[in-house]
Amino acid sequence: MEKQLFTVTVFSENQVGLLNQISIIYTRRCLNIESLSVSPSSIEGIHKFTITTWSDRVTMEKVVKQIEKRIDVLKSFLYTDDEIVYQEIALYKVPTEQLLNEKNLEGIIRRHNARILEITKEYTVIEKSGHNDETEALFEELKNYDIRQFVRSGRVAITKSTQEYVTMFLEEQARRRAEGLI
Amino acid sequence: MNERITGAEALIKSLIAEGVNLVFGYPGGAIIPVYDKLYDYTDQLKHILVRHEQGATHAAQGYARVTGRPGVVIVTSGPAATNVITGLSDALMDSTPLVVITGQVASSFLGSDAFQETDVVGITQPITKWAYQIRRAEDIPWAVARAFYIANTGRPGPVVLDIAKDAQNGLLEWSHQKCTYIRSYIPYPKINDEDLKAAADIINAAKRPMILSGHGVMISGAEKELAAFAEKADIPVTATLLGLSTMPSDHRLYKGMLGMHGNIGPNINTNRSDVIIAIGMRFDDRVTGDTSKYAPQAKIVHIDIDSSEFDKNIKTDATIHGDAREVLEKLLPLINPAEHSEWLKTFDECAKVEREKVIEREVFRTEGTMTMGEVAHKVSKATGDKAVLVTDVGQNQMFSSRYFRYTDPKSILTSGGLGTMGFGLPASIGAKMGAPERTVCFFTGDGGLQMTIQELGTIMEYGTDVKIILLNNNFLGNVRQWQELFFNSRFSQTPMVNPDFVAIANAYGIAAENVETREQLDDAIARMLNHKGAYMLNVNIDPTDMIFPMTPAGAAVDDIMLNANEKFQIN
Repeated sequence: MEKQLFTVTVFSENQVGLLNQISIIYTRRCLNIESLSVSPSSIEGIHKFTITTWSDRVTMEKVVKQIEKRIDVLKSFLYTDDEIVYQEIALYKVPTEQLLNEKNLEGIIRRHNARILEITKEYTVIEKSGHNDETEALFEELKNYDIRQFVRSGRVAITKSTQEYVTMFLEEQARRRAEGLI
Repeated sequence: MNERITGAEALIKSLIAEGVNLVFGYPGGAIIPVYDKLYDYTDQLKHILVRHEQGATHAAQGYARVTGRPGVVIVTSGPAATNVITGLSDALMDSTPLVVITGQVASSFLGSDAFQETDVVGITQPITKWAYQIRRAEDIPWAVARAFYIANTGRPGPVVLDIAKDAQNGLLEWSHQKCTYIRSYIPYPKINDEDLKAAADIINAAKRPMILSGHGVMISGAEKELAAFAEKADIPVTATLLGLSTMPSDHRLYKGMLGMHGNIGPNINTNRSDVIIAIGMRFDDRVTGDTSKYAPQAKIVHIDIDSSEFDKNIKTDATIHGDAREVLEKLLPLINPAEHSEWLKTFDECAKVEREKVIEREVFRTEGTMTMGEVAHKVSKATGDKAVLVTDVGQNQMFSSRYFRYTDPKSILTSGGLGTMGFGLPASIGAKMGAPERTVCFFTGDGGLQMTIQELGTIMEYGTDVKIILLNNNFLGNVRQWQELFFNSRFSQTPMVNPDFVAIANAYGIAAENVETREQLDDAIARMLNHKGAYMLNVNIDPTDMIFPMTPAGAAVDDIMLNANEKFQIN
């Protein structure tokens, strides 16, 4: 089956060891996590994981079910790139002297819609957010200026759907509980 | 204000509040505070001192599976915790509720490689339903309540509570409230009416339907509902290894066991049926063989409480997510009465071939050394097909599960998913303690018995009445069989030099006898069953005996060997 990049989002209780529980589900199936980001979600007490992986749909659907099976996981969802708005952030540290020799520094920054975060005598830190290919393109261009450090964040993503499924899940659970169904 | 008690005492009180009256365990440094408090509660909480922590987990599994209540284990940290890994993994694979309590070094020592410290939660997360470390005494009542709720609701499974020593010694005001709700966990989903309807439509249109009854039927106590459903639509019922005894062996519609060494009818007809109704089973590879050749002609209706099983191994056409009993209750009125006598007859035709080609020479042999099949057949008969069968793993497991007959539910206890050699002896102890009114017959081999043989000490100490039938061929028989069939009879490391098992049993105060010949067998079985207390038969078995029928690993489900040289032919 053809591989493509999938984004899995996971909403979980804030418990110690959740990341391990999720990552071992990938490890066991020999799946490489391409990127990972974890942070508190908009709902208090609930954490959100965003995990990208190159795989096929059948495999990933099973992975999502296994993740959701973990007791402290509320919901997990599977997306392809066309279903989400997503972003990564990259930081580039380049020797200032090299940059100053560049006649078209402004052109690079403008073209890539990047910005400069810090300039010292020794180095300059440039920031660029965008899709992977966009941060990669700036990386390729800055290579000429002797990149000293480079870092790229995991993907963060928001769905294009108008409904917020986790909120709906929580409301449904609360309703069923109030009605004594559970 | 309530009196403040220690975490250790709170643990004991919470266990009692959860209805526990029996625990299996082994004391050690990091759990001493709990054992100290246990000393004051022995009238309410009986502790079984096993001889190895692995034995505690398997005994708890045995107890859990005959009672339907969680088995409870208490052990210390470090090596004790790593010794429970096999049992946890086995319990997860076979959906067995366990609450395993491990001691842990004091929280200030966590991560320092302290004496007998091991990362219990990290190690057990992949093989438990939930693993949690308690670092504060006041979390104990909450965590214990949650552990029991998680272990024994939905699809049951093992839970670990790793309790730091300072949490055992810390003080709290104890009160216990049962856990009935976790917002991120839905153990019993609401059954979807449309799913029921879609499944019923497929079943009602079926000409050659068959039911695959699994462990889930037993766990949910759906045996009666299963029979009502099968009878109404005249559908043959087959069982997985762990689904044995969900329908009595002598039921008109019961057609035998599925799987690598199952009966011919169920396996052959898997690829001749038009609708397969799988209930509380997970299409294990030992049932399906090559999945690409598994029932391509059939529509698959899958009923399970764990939705992650849907489409995991076999693509389904309809699924119903829910508890087996509840689903079958709701499905019954939607099912039309039907009659499938021609189809049912095809199972009997297969059974006839199996009887002639396999069973006759296995069970009714008159010459040569005894076979495992005849011993199992005779023991089952002698108990009126009423005993609880506990098996170890290997040929003894396949022969005894095939040739035992089942009258009552919850009559088989075996390590299906993990295939744990050494499971049987401790599991049989737990089974007898959970169902003292029933005869417990434990079939084992000379290999598996020696993996947990130290639990004979537990039998001795508690006078547990377990009947041990040692099918002794001085070989690791199942591996030997594969070596003979697929590895040119190169018997690499499978012959075994064995001790005098009768002498060993006797040393533990357990009555035992050698059974050398066929002529001695009936009387020996009678003596064993009439004996009050544990008894061991060391039965001399033909090492060349092989378990058939057999679907070789990776072959199609209907590719069945009748013996080493002959395959089953579809007429």
